[in-house]
Amino acid sequence: MRIVTVRRLSQIFFLAVFLWFCITATLGTAWWQLRGWPINWILNLDPLTALATALATGTLYAPLTWALVATFLTLFVGRFFCGFACPLGTINQFTGWLGRLGQGPAGRVEANRHRRPQAWKYYLLVFLLALTFMGSVQTGIFDPLPLLHRSVNLALFPLADNCLGVLSDEPRFYASVWVIGVVLLGVVGLNLAWPRFFCRFACPLGALFGLLSRFTPWRIGKTADTCGDCLICEQYCEGACRPSGKFIGSECVLCFNCLDRCPVSRVTFAGKASAAGEVWVPDLSRRGFIMAGAGVLLASMWGVGGLAGANRDPSLIRPPGALDEERFLARCIRCGQCMRICPGNIIQPALFEAGVQGLWTPTVNYRIGRSGCQPNCIACGQVCPTAAIRPLSLEEKQGLGEFAAQGPIRLGTAFVDRGRCLPWAMDRPCLVCHELCPVSPKAIFTRTVFETIRDGQAVPARVQGPGVELEAPISTEANLANGDYYLRSTGQPEAALRRIAGLAGTRLTLERPLAGESLPAMGARVDIVVRLARPFVDAAKCIGCGMCEHECPVSGRRAIRVYSENESRSRLGRMLI
Amino acid sequence: MNQPTDEKRIHTGELNRRDFLKRVGYASAVALAAGGLGLAFYDWKGPAASEGQKALTGLGDYTPRALASGGAKMAIIRGTDRAAMFAQGVKALGGMESFIQKGDRVLLKVNAAFATPASLGATTHPEVLAAVAGLCFKAGAAQVLVTDNPINNPDSCFEITGLAGAARATGARVIAPRAALFSPVSLPGGKLIQNWPVMAGVFQGVTKVIVVSPVKDHQRAGASMTLKNFYGFLGGRRNVFHQDINGIITELALLLKPTLCVLDGTVSMMTNGPTGGSLSDLKDTGTMVVSTDPVAADAVGVELLGRSLADVPYILMAQAAGAGQADYRLLNPVLLDTRA
Repeated sequence: MRIVTVRRLSQIFFLAVFLWFCITATLGTAWWQLRGWPINWILNLDPLTALATALATGTLYAPLTWALVATFLTLFVGRFFCGFACPLGTINQFTGWLGRLGQGPAGRVEANRHRRPQAWKYYLLVFLLALTFMGSVQTGIFDPLPLLHRSVNLALFPLADNCLGVLSDEPRFYASVWVIGVVLLGVVGLNLAWPRFFCRFACPLGALFGLLSRFTPWRIGKTADTCGDCLICEQYCEGACRPSGKFIGSECVLCFNCLDRCPVSRVTFAGKASAAGEVWVPDLSRRGFIMAGAGVLLASMWGVGGLAGANRDPSLIRPPGALDEERFLARCIRCGQCMRICPGNIIQPALFEAGVQGLWTPTVNYRIGRSGCQPNCIACGQVCPTAAIRPLSLEEKQGLGEFAAQGPIRLGTAFVDRGRCLPWAMDRPCLVCHELCPVSPKAIFTRTVFETIRDGQAVPARVQGPGVELEAPISTEANLANGDYYLRSTGQPEAALRRIAGLAGTRLTLERPLAGESLPAMGARVDIVVRLARPFVDAAKCIGCGMCEHECPVSGRRAIRVYSENESRSRLGRMLI
Repeated sequence: MNQPTDEKRIHTGELNRRDFLKRVGYASAVALAAGGLGLAFYDWKGPAASEGQKALTGLGDYTPRALASGGAKMAIIRGTDRAAMFAQGVKALGGMESFIQKGDRVLLKVNAAFATPASLGATTHPEVLAAVAGLCFKAGAAQVLVTDNPINNPDSCFEITGLAGAARATGARVIAPRAALFSPVSLPGGKLIQNWPVMAGVFQGVTKVIVVSPVKDHQRAGASMTLKNFYGFLGGRRNVFHQDINGIITELALLLKPTLCVLDGTVSMMTNGPTGGSLSDLKDTGTMVVSTDPVAADAVGVELLGRSLADVPYILMAQAAGAGQADYRLLNPVLLDTRA
């Protein structure tokens, strides 16, 4: 079999595996759903993720040891990952091929000419690694594997599935996802102008693989310095690595097109240097590296902003098991796996909610999606490839068994907005928040009051058994006979309450007749009062799951909202003593 | 000076009469088409305040037709084995065959509101679901559908409660809510259910409806049993109706007349409802009600919770609205005990 056929089969295989794992990243028990499928395998192969998190945290999270496999192979044969495995590389190569259809040889050679800006990706890599030294992992924004996972998980699949309804019964929502979609469109669309634009100019993972290919014993090369100058190799070169001349090792993505197409078989993949000469990397300027080193400065300045500490945004809620903000940002690669898996659809990509350095990190939004954070779900931590969200057990999340002493994981605390709450501000019974609080005993408790409704004073004309005839009808929109309204003598807060069971015009029917002593004197007024159970939050019990916020009928800005106060992940946020 | 003549030549010289007429023809055709389109879409009124949609008036009346005259309409069964309790109860009402006939498409409305395990009692117990679905198939039902519009993520709810497993084991099909199943309903004479999205789509082709509910504490409504279970047919931001909880449950009681109601008080949630969350919220109350009358069934449930009708106002309101009989003793319920 020709080597390029092997390459194409490998590319198709990895792209299919990638898409399949994206599909299986669906919570459920069907064979095609999350039930042991290694959905993070491609993310785990990523040496940039491994290196960046290792630099930022000083540890290599176990699943990321897969990255060593990719690293070892690269050390010996070069950027095979870019040419044979990377799903984004495959998409780029395919769209680049589409864009070159019908183009003449001169145009193809021009498109694949080596360009100086191919050095940019090395500066970007250095910039990102400089950031990690200061504890800020930003690689995921540019790293093709998280980039593609994020784009497919949050933009493409929801877009397709909202029409098909295969992956979820209800449409999935992701806030500001158009930005993620536009980035992907840009990355893919640029291939039409310059083939493999992203791979050649921007990909920090490609740059890392390029650097790793310094000592490859086997590499592409020419067997003789001169050749017929047909430049067919250049016409089809994916890496723009100058195979016809002085070969640039770090740029070769191992597409093998030169070797396959050379009419005189002068190109080889062998254990010797190219007869036409070779260099390791493109021209890299000191100025570029100095600018890239400014990443250290930038991350330091982010630190001055204090967003992870005193200046944190209290409405930033992280998924259950998320590390404290500083350690979280030292791991999160913004791949979107947690957002994809969340059955409630409440884990959302942050735009600027978590600061600039938190772009596309997971934030919990209780207004969107199906419900709050379900106490019996631990999916997000289980799929996080870097343990930015720790893989919790149900026992730990719920504070059972050996975790009983530390109690359940708290995402924050719910606060009642008394200016918006129906029973607090509008004289309307409600209590949805209390009903849905999943904690036992409930973290939301109530205090009951009886308030005279607006224009709720009346003068009884006649009292006969349970019937009370009023002099004038009560003017109200509410249904006074619905069990929530009572009659009471005016000015006597201790007087007996009589529930109103019926109302027709000016005639009220009470549940029980007024007893002798509570009969209003002739001409004395009575109040129509409403029974209001007003919600309070017991912060010591609240786990910040947001069930209350999600279901609050004040649907715009909720009347009960969860803030990060008292969240388990942060000592700074501790509220109660 | 030559300019004008040049221009004239360009304009007239290359355009002969034939081409000119062709252009006039094409231009006229496009103008005509544009004018026609304009007329076709012409709207002299402007947009209405809101988009009107034809609303349904209810979910249907599935009351059993051929109940043996004089036959019992209600059975109260004591025991601990849910399957045996249901089997004996329905037998006392003339057997499943008096409710389900061959070829029936049966809809089982369960309470699957929360993604909590069955042991916490916040949802319909899978054993009851299995017992009901099993007897439906035995009586010749062609299809048994199980549905609810829960509060948590539907898939999680049906799986974690064990209801999906029970459905699979018996051959029933779970229908999770999706947008296409909801259509606006306006209850005639209703004040609350007006042009409100209700899960009417699941009733497509359904010939019998059985409501299977747990007995639970509910601070706002007093108790959550059969009638409160109807809430799970509502879509939209249905929580606004908690402002008039008794009013909405009364209207729901008029929206649907089920074939049969199964109220499972084998274990009841006495406190911290309707979510519960702890075994200490539960109590063995060892009772199941099988009834054609949802109001009467709930009246028994209230007693299991140690409450009175005054604590649960919607029961008398539903009776007054004509949805059933709150004084269940008037139905002469058959009293059974499976432990005997």
